[in-house]
Amino acid sequence: MKVLVPVKRVIDYNVKARVKSDQTGVDLANVKMSMNPFCEIAVEEAVRLKEKGVATEVVAVSIGPPQASETLRTALAMGADRAILVQTDQDLEPLAVAKVLKAIIAEEAPDLVLMGKQAIDGDNNAVGQMLSALLDWPQATFASELTIEGGKAKVTREVDGGLQILEVDLPAVVTADLRLNEPRYASLPNIMKAKKKELAVKELASVGVDTAPRLKVVKVTEPAKRAAGIKVETAGDLVTNLKTAGVL
Amino acid sequence: MAVLVIADHDNTTLKDNTHKVVTAALAMSGDVDVLVASASSAALGAAAAKITGVRKVLTADSPELGQGLAEAVGDLIVGLMGGYDAVLIPATSQGKNFSPRVAAKLDVAQISEVIEVVSPDTFVRPIYAGNALETVQSADAKKVLTVRPTAFKPAAEGGSAKVEATAPPGAPAKVHFVDQKIVKSARPDLGAAKIVVSGGRAMGSAEEFQKVIEPLADKLGAAVGASRAAVDAGYAPNDYQVGQTGKVVAPELYIAIGISGAIQHLAGMKDSKVIVAINKDGDAPIFQVADFGLVSDYKTAVPDLMTALTAAGK
Repeated sequence: MKVLVPVKRVIDYNVKARVKSDQTGVDLANVKMSMNPFCEIAVEEAVRLKEKGVATEVVAVSIGPPQASETLRTALAMGADRAILVQTDQDLEPLAVAKVLKAIIAEEAPDLVLMGKQAIDGDNNAVGQMLSALLDWPQATFASELTIEGGKAKVTREVDGGLQILEVDLPAVVTADLRLNEPRYASLPNIMKAKKKELAVKELASVGVDTAPRLKVVKVTEPAKRAAGIKVETAGDLVTNLKTAGVL
Repeated sequence: MAVLVIADHDNTTLKDNTHKVVTAALAMSGDVDVLVASASSAALGAAAAKITGVRKVLTADSPELGQGLAEAVGDLIVGLMGGYDAVLIPATSQGKNFSPRVAAKLDVAQISEVIEVVSPDTFVRPIYAGNALETVQSADAKKVLTVRPTAFKPAAEGGSAKVEATAPPGAPAKVHFVDQKIVKSARPDLGAAKIVVSGGRAMGSAEEFQKVIEPLADKLGAAVGASRAAVDAGYAPNDYQVGQTGKVVAPELYIAIGISGAIQHLAGMKDSKVIVAINKDGDAPIFQVADFGLVSDYKTAVPDLMTALTAAGK
């Protein structure tokens, strides 16, 4: 079974995004970038499937600038077999990403697409579901448990108020939630090995899909700051203040 | 323009999120219909018909719609979109599951987690864990939005819209519902609670979390939340997690106990009306968003708070 894992290079999880003063976007110059945490979880799960003998090949794909090859090297160091970078400086919207992935999937013919549920920059939570719809493959989002058996994926999903278990026929699209696993740190020998693994680069234009943006970004602003609060001395003072504020 | 709102429900009760998304829809157009897709929608449809400002309620029933299968709900909505210019979907885990499918099938962008309707084609949404707000204008012929319910006031009740049944789509062939485990809790739902009491890593153990956080929550009739640090440490289950990648809450009162206030946690609660922080580290970032801060060890502060609440008649 072949598993395709799309990964995204995003602002590091621990870095607070700052809005540019001209309101055109978020300032990413000289900011630490990393693999999106949910993508890491998807890579980890794919590698575990390979280690269990369920998957035979894990292919990581990223769409982004040349530096996204570093993100792909991380996936390779975690255990992916090879990688594909679809290179572009354009910031693609989720629908365009899904279309590009669909084109890659037509060439690669994986049995399973395993990807993060959400990227922590755009916070859209959309590409997996869009890809499933475009491919007409079944989807199982927000996975906290995944088992593959008899041409089906059994997926435990995190839903409002609890868990739902679905069985989907392969090929399918599964998106990873936080509870699915704890991603490993790549070891130094594996980082060295990853440098020798295949990383194919193709230009976005060669994929031949329409990636024109559908949304015009009018402005990007900072959220309103909360007014400074006060420190209270005792629990009794706190209750008095909360009563005055009308929330008790 | 005609706008379709997708109702939020648990197959038995219509949730308040529906009323909130109707408010967002009414900011776009006066022609707002509601779709209730469930296992059996008669009572839910009647409840939705009472929402003020709703023109018509559509209902569709099938087992797969009741199970919330994304393929079924998505196909149903796509089939109805011939008659609508926009569809507004609550940004719950259920809504986020099927909404992008609708956008992809219609070949339009999804505008995710809308917190403000500027005009019928321009919307504000948080990005980067809420550290930036993006205003986007859509040129697509049809708009597909997920709406963050906490950002809108619920529409009132008092209407009497007509209710019409519509045919459900066929059962999806390649996905099969196996089971679900919905946690039945006497406490209010974390996303809808008026008061939320959250614990952080300072609790030190699951036992301590239960001993400290839960009695206070129960005294206040509050839902229980947790920071990712507390969840990762195993002190609280994952569905308690408040934050960028967990639940986004905006209760009247949010009490953060032993939570330092990481970016990802603040993203999930900083729109709460009143925020209380109890932390022994007076420099913790949580105090920067707190309306009332109590610099104290939770081990003494929480029992004191319980006593003070009792004295205040709680």
